[in-house]
Amino acid sequence: MNEISNKWIGERTIRPDGIDKVTGRAAFAADTSMPGMIWGKVLRSPHAHAVIKSIDTSKAEALPGVKAVVTAADIVDFPVDTPVPLGIQDMRWMCRNVLAREKALWHGHAIAGVAATSEAIAEEACALIEVEYEVLPHAIEIDDALAKDAPILHDFITFDGKPSNIAGTLEHTKGDVEAGFAEADLVIERDFTTRPVHQGYIEPHACLVSTAADGKMTIWSSSQGQFMVRAMTALLTGIPQSNIRAIPAEIGGGFGGKTIIYLEPMAAILSKKSGRPVKMVMTREEVMRASGPTSGSKSTVKIGVRKDGKITAAEGIYWLQAGGLPGSPIRGAVGCALAPYDIPNGRTLGYDVVSNRSKVAAYRAPGAPIGAFGVECVLDEIADKLGMDPLDLRLKNAAKEGTKAVHGPTFPLMGYVESLEAAKAHAHYNAPLGPNQGRGVASGFWFNAGGESSAQVNITEDGNVVVTTGHPDIGGSRAGIANICAELLGIDYRRISVLIGDTATIGFSNLTGGSRVLFASSIVVTESTKKIIATLCELAAKIWDIDPEAVIWEDGEARPAGANAGQFPPLTLEELAARANESGGPIGAGTQLNTTGAEGGFGTHICDVEIDPELGIARVIRYTVLQDVGRAVHPSYVEGQMQGGAAQAIGWALNEEYLYDKNGKVDNPGFLDYRMPVASDLPMLDTHIIEIPNPKHPQGVRGVGEVPLVPGPAAVRNAIHNALGIYFDDLPISPPRILAALEGQKAAAE
Amino acid sequence: MTKIHVTTTINGEPEEFLCDPNETMLDALRNRLGLTGAKEGCATGDCGACSITLDGTLVCACLMLAAESDGHEITTIEGMAEGENLHPLQTKFLESAALQCGICTPGFLIAAKALLDENPDPTETEVRFWLAGNLCRCTGYDKIIRAVMDTAAEMREAAQ
Repeated sequence: MNEISNKWIGERTIRPDGIDKVTGRAAFAADTSMPGMIWGKVLRSPHAHAVIKSIDTSKAEALPGVKAVVTAADIVDFPVDTPVPLGIQDMRWMCRNVLAREKALWHGHAIAGVAATSEAIAEEACALIEVEYEVLPHAIEIDDALAKDAPILHDFITFDGKPSNIAGTLEHTKGDVEAGFAEADLVIERDFTTRPVHQGYIEPHACLVSTAADGKMTIWSSSQGQFMVRAMTALLTGIPQSNIRAIPAEIGGGFGGKTIIYLEPMAAILSKKSGRPVKMVMTREEVMRASGPTSGSKSTVKIGVRKDGKITAAEGIYWLQAGGLPGSPIRGAVGCALAPYDIPNGRTLGYDVVSNRSKVAAYRAPGAPIGAFGVECVLDEIADKLGMDPLDLRLKNAAKEGTKAVHGPTFPLMGYVESLEAAKAHAHYNAPLGPNQGRGVASGFWFNAGGESSAQVNITEDGNVVVTTGHPDIGGSRAGIANICAELLGIDYRRISVLIGDTATIGFSNLTGGSRVLFASSIVVTESTKKIIATLCELAAKIWDIDPEAVIWEDGEARPAGANAGQFPPLTLEELAARANESGGPIGAGTQLNTTGAEGGFGTHICDVEIDPELGIARVIRYTVLQDVGRAVHPSYVEGQMQGGAAQAIGWALNEEYLYDKNGKVDNPGFLDYRMPVASDLPMLDTHIIEIPNPKHPQGVRGVGEVPLVPGPAAVRNAIHNALGIYFDDLPISPPRILAALEGQKAAAE
Repeated sequence: MTKIHVTTTINGEPEEFLCDPNETMLDALRNRLGLTGAKEGCATGDCGACSITLDGTLVCACLMLAAESDGHEITTIEGMAEGENLHPLQTKFLESAALQCGICTPGFLIAAKALLDENPDPTETEVRFWLAGNLCRCTGYDKIIRAVMDTAAEMREAAQ
């Protein structure tokens, strides 16, 4: 599988983009500006649900300083009856997401955009746009959207032959669920809710678009995929892809939320109309009102077991909020919910429910934490009722190589059992607990992904290396790529520059998502580097006048081997680069592949909480993430993914939620009231890396980044149950909820 | 709107600029002076991505008017390293992988330096509460807290 010596793979090298990021030099999208640049601002709907009867922009256009205005009339319309999928999105919904078309579907939905010589003038002009609305009743929560008299968001959506807010379903079945429950000695069924949570990237969406007189356009933007930006902007504006160059700025966090675009098509049209470079940057309030989040959900999970803990049947029914346009991550919920277990009879069913909230965007293992939450909570209760250790219950039912999952595939070699065994043996799991403290565990699965990637590896004339790939680096992937290339070439990693190409300088690469970047990019970088090594060996063979097969590449130099061993002094990369023109010319190699072999990932979390019974605060006091990562190419950034996922899970479990007023307006669109974890909320987050190399990858890599969010909310909830003896089935388990439950417990005891 | 003439010192260098009366220090730094190291994450003082120091005191540049810098000394992330010599915190953040996307990093570095200037031997709890005004969504703070603690220990040792 790999014959490499591991000089660099597994080393905690300094990331290639590090210096720029600690000195302020790194250019994020909002840091870019151009001569002649003007500013774009967005007018947003003041209603949660309204028909747009007319838009009059004449007063705005007449304001001095205003250079262009854009409305949905400028955006290509994709009729609702013809699907146009692009990745996980559908352009029918994207064209209505970017600018409201027939209706405003949530408070904050973009209605029009203005470009002016200053942000203040653009804002003033937005206020001069006259929009005639017919305000409609709105539905925010799932139950409101499913009620008999619910306002129907889209008349083209029907379910069971009737107009409905259910926009789609997805079901997986295996075996005979009813027969399985009949065989069970214990059946537990519970209803759960989770709240929509925002990805919470610290960098608001931003872009700068410049259009030349010949129509050629350059887009600098913060996204998880420059090729996605190019394709979507092209489709929404009607500009050919060859006329758009999308340059990936450094991205200030995405977590899935930047796998779609909001501002780029507006800025493109504003730039085209005005002939000026147009910069658009969302405020935090706009981010919270109009981008992301992931779905809120309700679910019913039912699991049956024999007395020995063996699962006989499991069923999970999920309703996920899509926001105002279809497309919630039901696939992740129904696909991942039962995946960690070997279940003879299983069924999962998901409903995609539209309501008057911003359209959801991907968030770290989209849907999977929602799917896992109910399952991992019910398993906790089963372990409790059977008097079984919760890790033993999971071990008894753990999926392993050869297990056929409820969602279809048969699992290959993987390290789920190892994560459970490591958790059981971990000092954390065996440490004593104090008063008001509790411990919970949970497991989770994510599919991971392969897909299209491109890499170009060039040897510079002075014998160093430039690697270019096509994926925005969201959390240290360039460091991993440097390690892999250094390992293969046998040179110091500091001799390798790793860059992210733009759409004009590197071949098509699918976006940064699905935990695919290091997996896929290391495949194409490895292929390119191997081609280069072959070229270098051929060059040395020509210089020595021996057979190329008689040359080996070791420690950064070509050496004569076999019968010729020791006959010639080795030729270093520098020496060969200087003599490249003696055979074939410049040394470089590109690879473009649709990569396969990304196997799923599993992890297990252990969480300790301490409850403050007076304030109702559940404080996480110890946390350990255990995960099979295949191969930790750069352990620090693998740990970073595990820690970051856990922190987001803790926020989801304990605090984060949107509060809506009666008019369907978000009441807490900022970081003060939308309470993400801060440093004083968290303990150190311990990690335990398990390496069961992925046999289908040259370095054994498995996706890492998304799994660590999946088990977290349930691990926290199970810990709180362990501390208080109270089952919380609704997230977040915030102080008011804990206080109410404690009061209920006290009243019941009296 | 009549612009205000501001004479100030930024990263040790004299600086003059014109700004609007309602212009924030953050906008002046980013849009007038080309110092884009301080980031806007919220514009409400909740995320700390725009952290700078005013006469050595840690402030959010988004909560300060540009005109208020007149006659004072501003330090931004661009002034933290001396030429090619990184501040020990910058080096430690790199070595410890205390950043992922890097958007919050300038703010954390400025805030952490302000802490160590004031308290060279902080406890973990003190570091966590001092940095509670700086949001990071990528790291879970673990490696950041460790980097600050380790830098403090090394700087104390070096000072002896």
